[in-house]
Amino acid sequence: MSALGELRRLGASRAGQAHQRDNKAAFLFLLPWFAGLLLITAGPVAASFVLGFTDYNLLQPPEFNGLENIQRMLTDERLHHSLAVTFTYVLISVPLQLAAALGLAMLLDRGLRGLAFYRSAFYLPSLLGSSVAIAVLWRQIFGAEGLFNQLLGLFGVSARGWISDPDTALSTLIVLNVWTFGAPMVIFLAGLRQIPVMYYEAASVDGAGRWTQFRKITLPLLSPIIFFNLVLQIIHAFQSFTQAFVVSGGTGGPSDSTMFYTLYLYQRGFHNFDMGYASALAWLLLIIIAAFTAVNFWAAKRWVFYDD
Amino acid sequence: MTDLRDRIVPIDTTDDPPPPRRPVPAMITSLAKHAGLIALAVVMLYPVIWMVASSLRPDDQIFRSPGLVLDSLETRNYGEGWSALASPFGHYLLNSAIVVLGCIIGNLVSCSMAAYAFARLEFSGKKVWFGLMLGTIMLPIHVIIVPQYIIFSNLGWVNTFLPLIVPKLLATDAFFVFLMVQFIRGLPRELDEAARIDGAGHPRIFLQVILPLMLPALATTTIFTFIWTWNDFFSQLIYLTDPGMYTVPVALRSFVDATVSTSWGSMFAMSVVSLLPIFLAFLIGQRYLVKGIATTGIK
Repeated sequence: MSALGELRRLGASRAGQAHQRDNKAAFLFLLPWFAGLLLITAGPVAASFVLGFTDYNLLQPPEFNGLENIQRMLTDERLHHSLAVTFTYVLISVPLQLAAALGLAMLLDRGLRGLAFYRSAFYLPSLLGSSVAIAVLWRQIFGAEGLFNQLLGLFGVSARGWISDPDTALSTLIVLNVWTFGAPMVIFLAGLRQIPVMYYEAASVDGAGRWTQFRKITLPLLSPIIFFNLVLQIIHAFQSFTQAFVVSGGTGGPSDSTMFYTLYLYQRGFHNFDMGYASALAWLLLIIIAAFTAVNFWAAKRWVFYDD
Repeated sequence: MTDLRDRIVPIDTTDDPPPPRRPVPAMITSLAKHAGLIALAVVMLYPVIWMVASSLRPDDQIFRSPGLVLDSLETRNYGEGWSALASPFGHYLLNSAIVVLGCIIGNLVSCSMAAYAFARLEFSGKKVWFGLMLGTIMLPIHVIIVPQYIIFSNLGWVNTFLPLIVPKLLATDAFFVFLMVQFIRGLPRELDEAARIDGAGHPRIFLQVILPLMLPALATTTIFTFIWTWNDFFSQLIYLTDPGMYTVPVALRSFVDATVSTSWGSMFAMSVVSLLPIFLAFLIGQRYLVKGIATTGIK
């Protein structure tokens, strides 16, 4: 059951039977991966923890400054604002996106004519959605003279600058994320296909209606996949960057209304070369994502049903 | 929605009329459902199709034409967009192609090796390493980018493609390692055993038995790496600051800043050009894409 299920099983299983070991061969096959772990992933994670307690601008060597970065975080109002923006974005766009994905997957389930066509049409946006080109397009569509206003104009609704208005700028990015519901939808579709048809047949014979079948069969059996999508899409949404960057011209504006956490981190680190503070920010992001994931796993005990 | 008992019979995608025995109300709901789905598909794809249409319009018409009908076919935007930046747009396409190719080769080689070890070999601490590998799937790049940048800038690699390609040579796209592990686990072990009895060592089993059998997983990896690398903006923005080294996303973004709403036509034209490879990859590799996300999500 997916990478998450795999982790769950790892934790649950006891030490296995003694196999013949191939330590040497394994080391050689894993050599690139070990190097990557040390230099590219785990190593830098540890390094950024240390850098988080320094003042570092790339030119002078890092200078240890104790808890200064953390104190700064506590009083950094732009940071607090960007956290609020990011949480709003994640907590609104992910549920909407998954609801759309699940709803469409249910509609497209078994034996629908033209399934392949619909699946492709709904899936394509999730491949395009993270590109700069689509962000450029979004900037036009929701601009003051953009496509959206032109279409609204056909219905007599007066135009407004959706992206230039701090009250609506974030909503355009939420729409963009919901637009990419195709990827989780394909995962739901594959999950639905694994539910044996006879469960529904049996329920139908017992007189269960469609809603009861959805609640008593589909939801429980699909819950591990809902969980998988939820965890993944939350992590994914926390990392959104490109769209806010391009739509706001790199500023996170108007009035910081699209200042995603990652964008703020980028500005501190790669505009101001405030690498110490950026490292501390990076760790805070890691902690936030880990906390969200942990809460998800904890809550999963109450609603996720494992068949195995 | 049709009745469940009807849905058990798989209906293929031919255009034949529905079976005549179907009750009329079911047919009507089915029609309504298709109408709704088609409407939604149109709404979803409309912006992209409209962008293609607008790229073929004179600039002053883009902001006045919400429709798709073209009065004339204006290809000037493409010519203007192509040469709007310091280098012709082909230069950025080539840069992107180099990065993409390097990343594909890196992922194919390094991830398949790591996957073979995790799927077929027994070694000390395997569970811990495997758990770590799974954990890195969920590791945001933003957490490692600062120290990584420091390392690469000390190596003098900023404004080269190395910071984008070398990590892939080191199997850091753990998603693909996991995908391949899943695939190899599905291959019968008897094949390895037979090769071993014939005297083959692990390198030969890997190269001559496992690799040829895991072509579908390699295809999935290739196509996802292509799309993700082509679209990747964050790391390319950070590592490529010299306009001569710009890849397509970074060039496109500098285009946005440079033109400040003057020439949407040529900007749309180059946006369309930049999306074309993704669209082609989607058409060619659809089967692998759908399978890829389905299996990593399910199995």
